[in-house]
Parts: sequence; structure tokens; C-alpha cells
Amino acid sequence: MSTLEEVQTRVHVSLVQPRLPRQAPTIVGVIALSFGALLLVLGVGVVSATVLGALAFLLVLPAWSLAIEGRRGATDRLMTGLIWTAFAIAVVPLVSLIWRVVSKGAERVDGVFLSYSFFKTQIDQPVGVYHAIIGTLLITLGAAVISVPVGVMAAIYLIEYGKGNKLAKAITFLVDVMTGIPSIVAGLFAFALFTLIFGPAYVSGIGGSVALSLLMIPIVVRATEEMLLLVPDDLREASYALGTPKWKTIVRIVLPTALGGILTGITLAVSRVIGETAPLLLIAGATDRTNMNLFDGAMTTLPVLIYGQNLRGDAPAEAIAWGAAFILIVIVMVLNLVARIIGKIFSPKKG
Amino acid sequence: MPPPNDEVTAVTAPTAETEDVSANWASARAGVGDRIFAGTALAAGLTILAALAGVFIFLAVKGASGFTKPTEVYGPHAESFLGYVVPLLVGTFTASVIALIIAVPLSFGIALVISHYAPRWIAAPVAYVIDLLAAVPSVVYGLWGAFFLAKQLVPLHVWLHETLGPIPLVGELFGEPNPAGRSVLTAGIVLAIMILPIITAITREVFSRTPRLHEEAALALGATRWEMVRMTVFPYARSGMVSAVMLGLGRALGETMAVTMVLSVGFDLSWNIIATSSPTSIAANIALKYKERSADLLNVLVATGLVLFLMTFLVNFLARWIVGRSERRMAR
Amino acid sequence: MAKSIDISDVNIYYGDFLAVEGVNMTIRAGAVTAFIGPSGCGKSTFLRSLNRMHEVIPGARVEGKIVVDGQDLYDPGVDPVAVRRQVGMVFQRPNPFPTMSIYDNVLAGLKLNAGKMKKSAADEVVERSLRGANLWNEVKDRLNKPGMGLSGGQQQRLCIARAIAVEPQVLLMDEPCSALDPISTSAIEDLIHELKNDFTIVIVTHNMQQAARVSDDTGFFNLKATGEPGHLVEFNPTKKMFANPDDPATEAYISGRFG
Repeated sequence: MSTLEEVQTRVHVSLVQPRLPRQAPTIVGVIALSFGALLLVLGVGVVSATVLGALAFLLVLPAWSLAIEGRRGATDRLMTGLIWTAFAIAVVPLVSLIWRVVSKGAERVDGVFLSYSFFKTQIDQPVGVYHAIIGTLLITLGAAVISVPVGVMAAIYLIEYGKGNKLAKAITFLVDVMTGIPSIVAGLFAFALFTLIFGPAYVSGIGGSVALSLLMIPIVVRATEEMLLLVPDDLREASYALGTPKWKTIVRIVLPTALGGILTGITLAVSRVIGETAPLLLIAGATDRTNMNLFDGAMTTLPVLIYGQNLRGDAPAEAIAWGAAFILIVIVMVLNLVARIIGKIFSPKKG
Repeated sequence: MPPPNDEVTAVTAPTAETEDVSANWASARAGVGDRIFAGTALAAGLTILAALAGVFIFLAVKGASGFTKPTEVYGPHAESFLGYVVPLLVGTFTASVIALIIAVPLSFGIALVISHYAPRWIAAPVAYVIDLLAAVPSVVYGLWGAFFLAKQLVPLHVWLHETLGPIPLVGELFGEPNPAGRSVLTAGIVLAIMILPIITAITREVFSRTPRLHEEAALALGATRWEMVRMTVFPYARSGMVSAVMLGLGRALGETMAVTMVLSVGFDLSWNIIATSSPTSIAANIALKYKERSADLLNVLVATGLVLFLMTFLVNFLARWIVGRSERRMAR
Repeated sequence: MAKSIDISDVNIYYGDFLAVEGVNMTIRAGAVTAFIGPSGCGKSTFLRSLNRMHEVIPGARVEGKIVVDGQDLYDPGVDPVAVRRQVGMVFQRPNPFPTMSIYDNVLAGLKLNAGKMKKSAADEVVERSLRGANLWNEVKDRLNKPGMGLSGGQQQRLCIARAIAVEPQVLLMDEPCSALDPISTSAIEDLIHELKNDFTIVIVTHNMQQAARVSDDTGFFNLKATGEPGHLVEFNPTKKMFANPDDPATEAYISGRFG
């Protein structure tokens, strides 16, 4: 056998390859850090010093590795460095964003901010975003009322009834398409629909709800579909075997089993559309007053209010915008947290 | 419809909605319940079809006349629909491409950190935070971009103009900078930060689905970690990575608020990505102009919306197609 | 040369959990050593510690000495990547790289080390490795087809070809036949007989007949009790082990009274 001689010609192969000391990244890190600090002392700007320091780290470690460990080790170290750098670069703006919103927003938010609207009955009355909070909640509630039944039932059709037929395939495909609809297009749709029916000057909260439900339905369908697929067929068959009709099997057995996941999906869908701005600009309009009627007149939501304050651009407006952004983020985060808790509570119990 | 098994199903399930109700043990009464329920489910499915058809039809009805309005409607900067929409398309794509160039490598880096590089106690919370950031409303990103980031980027604008400006060709990109930092570049950076969580979430998912068996096969052959990633993770995740990028692009193309709030708008077509005024994106243009509520201009705006819709449709369709194709290939 | 492996006082952990305790043995060069034992007794875990694959799992670590060719694999200066090049591994389920052709699969390990290879040299390695794995005649006409297109048994032999292409000194096999039908199993067993001329082979198997057929030495692993770590009960030449084992527990296991 030809490999025999090959193998026998190989003598002792050392397993101890020359390697950098384990602390090498730390050592180079400290060197890069002091290099950056030195640049800082020499009067280079903070940003440039950071960039140059990071570059130094990224280049020195692979270079050292190349000299001692060879090409493969150096490549591995370079890529590891680059990957972690990408991570660090991305974290900076994200942290900055959260920090801005929290620090700027929290100082503006108080009881008055939450309980007054922009509409002043007296000249010295304080302003708040109560009207926008109400608007946000009502319009989103409207969207949920439209999307949840349609989305859940459509998913039931896709999984329980239409498995594999052409119509189901077409719907699945269109749901995919819908997830990619730009929100402004959804707004244009609602705008076109309602102005064609009710005339060009029409604005109302329900129009916004319709636009948002267009964005929300695909998310609900997706989440429900996934959950229904997780329900084992054994359960359905066990129920059929007891003589239960299909629809009762779905209502009594399948849906309760999948309930936690579906609720989580719905909550996430709500948190996704609650921050939408563009469609509401077009169809729900903006107002300073608190409007409790979804079906009549303009309704402001928090995102639209933030946008409006951004357009004005002066200092008080900016403060209000940050405050509203803070409230919005808190709502979104709470919804996400609720979704997680629901998922935990309803997840199938073990043991 | 499959041939019914016996008389009962033939009687209780005569319509297409109930084609699956073929259980021959169903009593006639239960059959009614089944038909109603199945009918409702089908109706919900059809609603989705109708809604999407509705989007297209209403946009087409409202927007059709927008393609061929008298010249003055498109003014003052354009004479025809083409002249109106092309700068907007350029604006849309410039911002999106900048966003992709920045976001894609960063997203892949973060995804790798989460899926393969970081120990679990770092990876899990980071993944959670990234998911949360995907839920931050776009208007908040826009606010942060307009009131904070733009100012911070002014030195970068000046530096880019002074350092890279004089270089031929490349310098074209870095002409006279916007003094407030409200340029396409800034808008692109904000967009990049917005789509970063989306691309990261998808690629992280496909990276971590790489079969452990293949990773171990690579390591057992004596691969370093990066070689293992290159040999097993990337080939396995390639289609997922492509579709993640496409979905990110789709999101960037259709994103309204970040561009609307950050960019200082103009109509000068130039290569300068740090210019004082640049063409805005289609979505942002709609958000900026809808208030004028002149019927003619509205038609034009809806028409541009239709263009945007078809464009994002195409991008998303391509993304799905790529994923579907590779799934079929893997299944074979 | 195929190398022997000297193992002394090896403890293997998953985090704080001690999975395998106090293993001592000498695996002979150029012979086949089989590990048998009930599920969960740590024989696969122990096998994976022989080429430092165990530590790939987060929190996993190994104590003790595993000496190959005079070098302790767990010496702080030793590069796990270099260890794995000298101690190859074949897994429980065939795992050719799905995106690579048969040809590229065989070369996958070599390309890492050599970088660019001459086409003729590469062809030679591919042919030699595939012949070594008794697969050449079946695939020589479709080397550029994907490796996933082969049958399970062929895929497993492709994985063996991929492992021996790197010319390791030791070849570890972790239940290489458990996912295969009897005919493919027999083909792999024949191959193991041929390979032991060139490599030290260590194989984990659930199948005692297989251990009896292919191995020269056998190690029997067992749990001391449920929840306790696994340990090596007996290590002897296979013939003795199956005819006249030292330990009554071994006899009970081999004669099928438990496990």
C-alpha cells in the first residue's frame, strides 16, 4: 500500500507549534491603549485617537502572529480582531441612541407631560402628550382588532385546511410579499381607499388602523403558522379518534396548545406597528386635541408627534420630541417584555 | 378536490371551502360547524389576497393619472414623471447602498460574535438587545439622527472633503460638505443602524443552524476557528446571508422617517454624498409633500409610491427566490 | 509511523460535572482498540478527549496526561489545531461538507495546511486517499459531484478518506457504523482491518460483535452507578476480554445480562 511508506517516512512530528503567549491579545491591547492615550496627550482628537489605537491593535497582533505562528495563525487572529471590531463599532451607535433617548427623554417626562394635551384652554396651561398617547393606543388597538382575527384565521386555513393546495401557496407567497411592503405604501393604500370613498379631505384614526393592519397581518399570520406547525399531529389524531369534529379539534385542542406562541406573536406584532409614523401622517393627520373617536377627525399618535416636533426644530419642541420618544420606547420595551412573559407562562409544561 | 370517500362526505362537503372535511365519521350536525369554521378560515385567507390586490388596485387607480400630468405639475425641477422620479430613485438607492455597505459587514461580524465567537454569557444578552433594537421605532432613529448624529458627523464630513476630496474619481463623492451634517451619507448611516438588527437577526439564525457535525468535521481536520467558519458556516449560510441582505435592502428602500428627518433636501443630481442638498428618497418625498394636498400632485405621489411598491416587491421576491432555490438544492 | 497513546489519570468534565474518571491505559500503535459500554458511560467523551475535540463544547475540560509520541496533548504549549492534524476523527454520522464535491471533500484538510497545491499532486492525494478508503472504484467517474449525493456507507468512507488524506498518526472513530446498513458496515469493517497497518485506530462501538470482529484490544467503560462518573472497568486484548474477562461486570455486559 502506497501510504505505508509515506507514513513510515514521517518521523516525529512536533505538536508544540510556536505560539504566542496566552496573554498576547492583552499585551497588544495594553500597548494599543497606551498608544491611543499618547496620541490623545499629543493633542489628537478623541475619535482619531480611538480609531488609530484600534488600528494599531488590529495590525500589530496579526503581524506578531505572522512572525511566530505563521500565515494561518495570523489570518485567524486578524479575522477574530475584525469580527470583534465590527461588533464594537455597531454597539457604539446603538448604545448612544438608547442613552440619548433615556437621558433626554426621562427628564422631560412627568405627570403633567402625561396628562395634558397640546390644546390650551388657558394661555399659561402646560403642554403634554396625553392626546398622542390616547391616539397611539386607540389606533393600535383598532389595527389589532382588524389583524388578529384575520391573521389567526388565515393561518388556520393555511395549516389546517389548505395544506399544499394552490390557493394556500398563493396566500403564503403574498404574506411573504406583505412583510416587505414599505410602511408609506400601506399609508398610501389607506389614503387612496378612504379618500376615494369619503372624499379628498378625509382623515380619521380608523384609516390609520387599516394601514397598520396591513403591516401587522403578515406578522400575525407568520407567528400563528409557526405555532400551529409545532402542534404535533398525534394530538389532532387523538382528538379525531374520539369522534370530535375538525373545527372543535382546532378550537379546543390545537389553538389552546399554540396559544402562548400566538399571543407572543401578536404582542410582538403590536410592538412593531405601534412605532409606525409614515402611514399615519398620510391618513390619520395630526391634531392638538384629544380625540377619542376613531371614526371621526384627525388623531395624533406619538410617532407623528415626534416627527412634528422634529420639523419645528426649536429647543422646547426638541425636548417634547425626546420625551415622547422615551414614552414610545418604554411602551415598545414593555410590550416585548410582556411577549416574553406570555411565552414563558404558556409554554408547554414539562414534568 | 379529491373524490369523496362515501355518501356522507359527498353530502356534507359539497363546496370547495370544506374540501378537507373528508372524515367519514363526521355527523351531519358537526359537518355544519365544520363548514362554517372552514368557511371563516378561507374567508380570512381570501381577505389577505383581496388586501394585497387592493393595495395594487387602489394605488393604480389613484396613481395612474400621475404618470401623465401636464408639465407644470412636476415643476419646478422636472417636466415629466420620469424627470420627477429619477432623482428620487437615485436618492433612494444612494442612501440604501450606503446603508448596505456599512451595515452588511458589521451585521455579519455581530452575528458571528453571537453565534460562534462569544461565550454564552455574552452572546445571549447581546442577541436579546439586538432583537430589542429591531423593535425601536424608526421615528426614534430619525430623531436621534437629526438631533444628535448629524452634529457629531460634521467633522467627518469636513475630514472626508479635505482628505479624499482632491483625489480624482473618488473625490467626486466628497464635494462641498453640508455644514450641519445633514447629508445622504448621514441618512445612509442612520439607515444602516436601522437595518443592522434585521440583517443580524437573520444571519445569526442561519449561522447558528450550521450543523455541529460539519463544524466538528472541520475542527477535527485541524482547522483554526476562522478556517472552520470559512469552510462550514459561510457555505452553509450563503443563501441565508444573501436573503438577509436583500431583506435589509428592501427595508432601507422603503424606510421613510430616517431619511425624511435627517436629509436636507434638494434636486441637484450629483455624486457628492456629503452635499448641502441631495435628492431625497421616494418614501421621504411622499411624507414631505403629501400636505400640499393638491389633487394633481397627490396623484403623482401615489404614482411614485407605486414605483416604490414594485421595486421593494422585486427585491423581496428575489430574496425569497434565492432562499427557496437553495432550500430545494439542499433537499435534493 | 503509527503512534501509541499513553493515558494516565484522565478526568473529563463538562463544566463542574465529572463525566469520566481516572482512566489509565496504553493504546498500542498499529492496532485497533475498541471501546465498549452502555450508553452514557463516557466512551465517546473519552474518545473526543484524545484529539482535544472535547474542549470544543463550552465549559468542557480534561485533566491528566495523554501522551502521543512523547508529547502530552494537554501540555500548555500544545496547539489543539496541530493535535487534530495528527489525530484524525471519523464521526458517528457521515458528515461530508455539503457544499463541496467529492474531490474537494478529500482535500479539505490538506488545503488548510498546504495552501495552493499542484493539480497533479492534489490528484494523487485524492486517488490515494480514496483508494485507501476503498471508495476509489465507486466514485472515480464522478469526483466533481457533491459528496452528499453518495449513499450513507459511501459518505462515511468519504469521511475516512478525508481524514486519512491529512496523514494523521491516529484515527479515532466514534461509532462509525451506527447510522449504516449491514452491508456498508461490513465494508467499513474490512477497511478498518486494512487501515491498521498505517494508523493507530481507536473505535467506539455499541455493537459487541463488531468490537470482537475488528479490534485487537478492548476497553470496557461503565458507570459506577446512575449519576456517578463513567470509568474504565477493564482493558485487555479482545480475545481474552470476550473469552475470559477479569471483571464480572464485563462478563455480565458481554453476555448481555445488562446494558
